Amino acid sequence: MASIPLEHGLLLSGLLFALGLLGVFMRRNIVFILMSIEIMLNAAGLAFIVAGSRWSQPDGQIMFIFILTMAAAEVSVGLALVLQLYHRFKTLDADVASRMKG
Amino acid sequence: MLELLWLVPALPLAGFLRLLFKAGRLSRKSIAITGVGSVGLSAVIALIIGVSFITSPPPGYVYTQTLWTWIKIGNLVSEVSFYLDTLSLVMILVITVVAFLIHLYSAEFMIDEESYSRFFAYMNLFAGSMLILVLANDLLLFYLGWEGVGLCSYLLIGFWYKDPLNGRAARKAFVMTRFGDTALAIGIFLIFNNLGTLKIQEFMERAIHNWSPDSAIAVAAAALILGGAIGKSAQLPLQTWLPDAMAGPTPVSALIHAATMVTAGVYLIARTNVLFTLAPTVQLSVAVIGALTMLIAGFSALTQWNIKRVLAYSTISQIGYMFLALGVGAWSAAIFHFMTHAFFKALLFLSAGAVILALEDEHNISKMGGLRRQLPLTFWTFLIGSASLSALPFVTAGFYSKDLILWEAWSSGNRWFWTAGLIGALLTSIYIFRVVFIAFFGEETVRVTRKPKCLMKIPLIILSVFSIIAGFIQLPDTIVKFPIFSDFLHRALPATKVKYDGVNVQLTLQFLTSLVSLSGIFLAYLFFLPHRQFTRSFVQTNLGSALHSYLFSGWGFDWFYERFFVRPFIWIARIDKDDFIDIFYLGIAWLNLVFHRLLRSTQIGLVRWYAMGIGIGAVITLVIVVFL
Repeated sequence: MASIPLEHGLLLSGLLFALGLLGVFMRRNIVFILMSIEIMLNAAGLAFIVAGSRWSQPDGQIMFIFILTMAAAEVSVGLALVLQLYHRFKTLDADVASRMKG
Repeated sequence: MLELLWLVPALPLAGFLRLLFKAGRLSRKSIAITGVGSVGLSAVIALIIGVSFITSPPPGYVYTQTLWTWIKIGNLVSEVSFYLDTLSLVMILVITVVAFLIHLYSAEFMIDEESYSRFFAYMNLFAGSMLILVLANDLLLFYLGWEGVGLCSYLLIGFWYKDPLNGRAARKAFVMTRFGDTALAIGIFLIFNNLGTLKIQEFMERAIHNWSPDSAIAVAAAALILGGAIGKSAQLPLQTWLPDAMAGPTPVSALIHAATMVTAGVYLIARTNVLFTLAPTVQLSVAVIGALTMLIAGFSALTQWNIKRVLAYSTISQIGYMFLALGVGAWSAAIFHFMTHAFFKALLFLSAGAVILALEDEHNISKMGGLRRQLPLTFWTFLIGSASLSALPFVTAGFYSKDLILWEAWSSGNRWFWTAGLIGALLTSIYIFRVVFIAFFGEETVRVTRKPKCLMKIPLIILSVFSIIAGFIQLPDTIVKFPIFSDFLHRALPATKVKYDGVNVQLTLQFLTSLVSLSGIFLAYLFFLPHRQFTRSFVQTNLGSALHSYLFSGWGFDWFYERFFVRPFIWIARIDKDDFIDIFYLGIAWLNLVFHRLLRSTQIGLVRWYAMGIGIGAVITLVIVVFL
């Protein structure tokens, strides 16, 4: 089986991470911000798997399972917050919720 | 039984703690039982100790009880230990008994008071501090009691703190006595630095060996201690706080004037008598200060209308007598006068309190009159107190103590002191019988609304009895040689050095003293009962009114201090408000404000900005970790 070089895998994961970060900065819709965070998490997971296969160690995949679990938990909390936000402001714009009070 | 000594100061302090921590959860009855009972028990124990001290005296007539070591740093050792000799025994007996009677009286006097518990807590602390002061074996513990007394006087003078004037009087008392306290503290440092011990008996022994008489160091130490005594005992020139201290409740005045606080200075000088013997110039100035204070306060007392202020000036004047006695080396005479004074002054204050309570807080004697018929008991007790104060011959305690002071002042060789004492005696009987004749005789002008009940009557009666019989324990040679009291005290205090002696001279002097006392009463009768109109018209003349207002204001000392100390001080404080030290602290405040504004601008509530912050922070951290 022809192996993919380490550099390619890391480059892909770095690109994905940068895309996700840009998404968090640029997007105003809070659902898209959450999705961007998911992309960043998966980029980090990809980096783990690439590194794991490079040294033939199972640790990378174990780490990815942890990240998946954490992401699921984060999404459930995040979506609950999104629902609350929409309920209160009738919009999904994150910048609207900039008041420190109330 | 002497092992019980520690309980004497501990009981009032325990009472104070109970009232402090249970404040608001005790009924009035249990407050009174705690407050009065603690001091009462302490008096009972003091009496037991007194009896066992006299029947089976400890070796050398000294008993020391060390409880624990308080401070131990290098050669600075201070122990909580009590020193009981004949002098401190007399003091604790007088303090506990008089304080107990005053507490008992207050239980009824203050019953309508909102902060009943606070009052008794302070009173107990007052008595406890004074007992620590007189029993202390070393100067540091002594100073603790000394400051405790000062604190309590501040708290009690300002007891009715809602009136700003009372707070002012309390502050004045605190600040004025502070001058003396500072002098005393420096004196203690000086003694420790030079003699290496804080134990009172030890340092006096070392002083005899190490310091030559009239050397600069002895004079300095004695003068500093005298400074402390002047402040606490309200002598010239720090006497102005005492008349204003009348702002407190009447039992407080009784406690301050009779048993605690002002007599602390007399005790201090008597206790450290060795220092004053080593510095005769300072001892002479004690007598001069005493004589001057006695006359100044006596004249001021003549013009006061507030019944309590008359008594306050009278206290200053009587303490002046004690200072005079200390100054001429009549140590035991001073303590004898302290004892009789404690009884009759407490009696006078408590009787005045009964009058004030009966007339709904009326202090002005010109509005009283004919109270003799409406308040018979108070009239008699006040009369007995006044008679004792003005040294009515043979039947009152005051006569014997005052006569002893005058005789020893004469026999010490300085006739001026004797003359001053005699004039003082004349003034005393005039000013106190002026109050008696104006307030209790004449037409009835006011109606009495409340008469003293049982708890107020008992202390008045007991104190009246003491004011009469307390003198019989020390009878002069001319009547029958019976000097029990001074013999007893001479085990702790040196005997008076007598230059002149002779029964005939003494008899003549006694006759003169009695004559002066009686003629003072007669003059008071003439001026203030049948010929009151004459006195009034004299006061209305130009000279008379100027003199009256000058004496009324206490010889203008307050005016002088206000002009020359208080106002310049406030002025300096005002112009020096923004000095360079302040700039430093203002700079710190300004820096904090700048950082606050900077950091506040980052908290804008936009989630994406926070995420950006985290991202940039992570990049910076990575750059630092990787490249540096």
